[in-house]
Parts: sequence; structure tokens; C-alpha cells
Amino acid sequence: MPHDVEVKTGDAAQAASPGSSSPDPHDVRLSARRTSGPRSAWRQRLSRWDVRFSPYVYISPFFILFLIVGMFPLVYTAVVSVYDWSLIGGKGEFVGLQNYRDVIENPYFLKSAVNTISIFLLSSVPQILMSLALAGLLDTALRGATIWRMGVLLPFVVAPVAVGIIFGSLFGDRYGLINEALGWVGLPSVAWHTDRLASHLAIATMVNWRWTGYNALILLAAMQSVPRDLYDAAAIDGANRFRQFTSITVPSIKPTVVFVVITSTIGGLQIFAEPRMFDSTLAQNGGSDRQFSTMTMLIYDFGWHLRDLGRASATAWLLFLLIIVIALGNYVLSRRFGTLTKARRRR
Amino acid sequence: MTRRPGFLVYGLLAAFIVGSALPLYWSFLIGSHTKEVITRDVPPLLPGGHFLSNAQRVFDSVPFWKALGNSLMVSSVAATSVVIFGTLAGYAFAKLRFRGSTALLVFVVVTMAVPTQLGVVPLFIVMAELGWTGSVWAAIVPSIVTAFGVFFMRQYLVDAVPDELIEAARVDGCSMFRTFLTVAVPVARPAMAILWLFTFMMVWTDFFWPLIVLPADNPTVQVALNQLQSGYFKDYALVLAGTSLATIPLLVLFVVTGKQFVAGIMQGAVKG
Repeated sequence: MPHDVEVKTGDAAQAASPGSSSPDPHDVRLSARRTSGPRSAWRQRLSRWDVRFSPYVYISPFFILFLIVGMFPLVYTAVVSVYDWSLIGGKGEFVGLQNYRDVIENPYFLKSAVNTISIFLLSSVPQILMSLALAGLLDTALRGATIWRMGVLLPFVVAPVAVGIIFGSLFGDRYGLINEALGWVGLPSVAWHTDRLASHLAIATMVNWRWTGYNALILLAAMQSVPRDLYDAAAIDGANRFRQFTSITVPSIKPTVVFVVITSTIGGLQIFAEPRMFDSTLAQNGGSDRQFSTMTMLIYDFGWHLRDLGRASATAWLLFLLIIVIALGNYVLSRRFGTLTKARRRR
Repeated sequence: MTRRPGFLVYGLLAAFIVGSALPLYWSFLIGSHTKEVITRDVPPLLPGGHFLSNAQRVFDSVPFWKALGNSLMVSSVAATSVVIFGTLAGYAFAKLRFRGSTALLVFVVVTMAVPTQLGVVPLFIVMAELGWTGSVWAAIVPSIVTAFGVFFMRQYLVDAVPDELIEAARVDGCSMFRTFLTVAVPVARPAMAILWLFTFMMVWTDFFWPLIVLPADNPTVQVALNQLQSGYFKDYALVLAGTSLATIPLLVLFVVTGKQFVAGIMQGAVKG
């Protein structure tokens, strides 16, 4: 229970100084000295300790808890990954990199990795462009600005599980609304669940639907801090609205764009609920031929279907590496892209 | 320069929002008809009268009330804990001087990007060791603190609390913690509310971890929806009625507090 820590330190501090409830572990020692020294000197010392140690006391619950529930499990995943470790039997023999070899040689691994990257690309690139455009529309003197902003945020309140179910039915191969709509305009139906690329497109649509408005608001916040006189100057130079947007707005908010790209990379590569709920078969592991299975689904599959926590950990660690590589790649790319546009502007 | 938008801007925004609402409407539409309606070539335009009977079937097939209670419990406990620890640490980073503060704050920012979800295996092993698997406490554990919470509160408090106010309280003889409680917390209240709402929502919609630690008879809302979806026989009227039911609480929360949501997302971003 999280509150244990607080209660304990709080009691200790109270015992030390009735006036202050600062949870300082050092106060316990001070309370022992309290009887001997003169009262005012003791007070002064206490106050100095208070100033000196309070900051650490305030930040330590976060750091301690984060290390326990966030950092330690992630690091310990590497340890589990080099053991034969069963969900039921627990820790077995040390097997070195055998789990990694097994995972990489598994035919579903490469498939899931490619699916994950494909879904990620189909969702991130259009999403950034749409978010930018949407933020540009919102970055005007709208009447009832808050209502419009709430409106674009609406999909964000729908949980990924619900999104997966709803779009699974919208993209239904036989009775889905999308295929019916395609039929009304004379187009053939698409096998949204069985065709690999089509299924990736459907899942990417879910991600785009849920996150475009959210990211647009982040970009909008950055756009609003762009000095308005820049636009005046550009207008005098004869730049139209679109030109102002591409030459002033977008370059000015580049750090925020990079931030959005990197956070959506980290989230997007761990996608799980949407493809799982999109699957209408009983196994729910990404289609009959795993055509839309993702890396996180593979972690779940290894760990909680095959009950092999060693391989699940190896998969998690491989996904972690993939995330780092792609996030760094994004960062480098965006820097290069930035210098290119700058050079062009100077010319 | 005033940038008064024309009809085109309003029209595009309206179209976007209608497009955003359409899938939700579809969910309620199918969920309020009988299950045969989905096989029609042209779906009905208006909701039917079967929502309540479909909802009854949802309650008969999965422990939905229990799921609602569990989700409420998990999300509010996690949100409260994130707010308490985030405010404490955020205040220290924003207003107190101490050795190592810059390096530690950088650490917080970097950890915001760490995919902690990938640590599920050891977390599960520890929960199993403690005998917590299956209980809602296990579902709460990974969400009790977030680096985002600390950073968000820090960003807010840096500008919101004047240093003079802290000085004055100190001169008046307030202890450090008293100063925090009487000066910082009242000022921080709006940001605390936003962080609470935000965390509540993130935890409410979380799926991967609850799916791993919670059994079918003690689920959260998301895990219960998963059970509805994974039946042998696909009855979309039932499944989408359940999905609508699961979305309504958050939708209500959003309608009431949407302004705070918008403010929170925009505040968290500006200096990020």
C-alpha cells in the first residue's frame, strides 16, 4: 500500500516536533537530544535540518516508489530473460541467450515486428500532419474556442478497448459500415480483417481517431506562443495564410513537434488493446495468420498463453531496444530535417 | 493582426468533430437495436428501443457492476496517490533549492519517456509472490506514481507560487511542511484537480496490466469488455451496448470537466 511510507515517516516526525509534521527521518535522532540542550538552540538546529532535508523528503516518495514499480521491473526483465522461467513453476536454469534465440527464430516474431512498425508508420505520419492542420484551424480567433477544443478531444475519452471493439465492427468484413458505404458508391468490399495491409490500415485509423485531437491541442499550445508580429511582418511581405503556416508556424514549434513524435513513437510501438480487440477470432492474438499481431501481443502470448515468462521477457527487452532505436532515429531525423529547412530559408 | 476565421475554418472543424463523434454514435446505434440489425444493407439512422434490454444482457453475461466499482476504485486511488506525491515532489523541484535538484529533475523528464509497461513480467512475479494477483490492489500498483505528475506540478508551481509568499511564511515561523500546506497547496489546487482527472482517465482506460493480474470474476471495465468481445458467437448488439455503457461514465466526466482536460493538455505541453 502506497500510504504506508507516508504514515510511518509522518509519525516519526510528529514525535520529534509537535509543531512541525515534516517527515524527516533525522528528527528521530534529534528528539533524543531534545532533553539535554537548551531549548532555543535545539529549535534553531531543528529548523536548519528542516530547511536542509525537507526537499529530499518531499521528492523521495516519488523516487522510491518509481524505482520499485517502474524502474526495477524494467531492468529485472533482462534478468528473467536469461532464465528458463515458467509462469507456474517459477525460476529454472540459467539459459543465457537461448530465450532470445527462440524468440527471434519464432516465425511470429518477425511478423509481429513488421506489423508493429507498419501500423506505427501508418498511424504516426498521417496523424502528425492532421494534428498540425487541425491545430492550425484552432489557432484562429474562434468564437467559443473551448467548445471547439473539447470537441476535437472527444475521442480521447474512449478507452482503447472500446475503440478496438467499435472499429472492429465498423470495419467488419461482412456487415461493417465501411464496406457497406464502399458498396453504395460502387466500390468492392475490402477484407479488413484478413488482408494484412488492410488490417494495419484499420488499426492505424483507430489510433489516428483517438489521438489526432489530443496532439493537436499540444501543438496548439505551442502555436499560441509564436509571436503574432511575425505573422504581421510576413503578411506585409506578401505571404498568404498557408505560406505563413509552413514558413513561420511549423518551424517555430519544431521542439513541440519532436516531442509529440517521440511520445507517439513510444506509445505507438507498444500498441496492444486496439489490435487485440479488433480480432474477432477466439484466440485474440492478431488474426488467424497473425496478420495484425503486434510485439506487445507477442509478450502476452508468450507469457500468459504459453506460460513462458523467460521468452516473454526476452520479447519485452527486444521491443524496448526497438523503441530506443526508433525514438533516437526520429530525433536524429528531425534534427537533420530542421537544419535543412533552416539552410533553405537562409538562401 | 486579428485572424478572424471564415466559414471554411468553422466548416472544417465541424466536419472533423462530426467525424469524431460518428463511431460513438454507431456504437450506441447498434447497441440499441436487436442483433439482426447489423446484417441490413443500410443501417438504421436512429437509435432503437432495445438499449435497456441489451444492457440487461450485458449485466447477465459479465460482472459489470463489479467491474465499474473496481475501475472506480483503482482509478481514484491511483489518481489520488499520483497527485499527492506529484505535488510534494513538484513543489520541491519548483521552489526549494537543494543539491542535485537539476540532475534529479532531468532524471524525471527522461523517465517520462521510459516504457514502464515493458516491465510487466517482473511486476507480475512480485505480485504473485506477494499473493496479490487477482486483487484490485495489484491493478493499482504500477500507477501509484508517474514522472508526468511530478513534472506537471513542477511546471505549474514554478510560476504560480511567488517566492515572496514562501519567504513570508518562513519568516512568520512556519516549518517547511507547514509552508507547503498553507502556501503552495491552495495555489496548486487547480493543477492538482487537472492532474487527478487526467490520471483517473489514464488508469481507467488502461488494459494490458489489469488483463494480466485480474481474473474474469473480478475485472475492471476494460477487462469485462474484453470478455464480452471474446465470446464464441459475435452479438454486436450486446458487445456495443456494453461498450456504450463502459464509455458513458467517462463521457459524463468529460462533459462536466472538459475545460480542465483541455487546459491540462495545453499546460502540460507548453514548456515541455
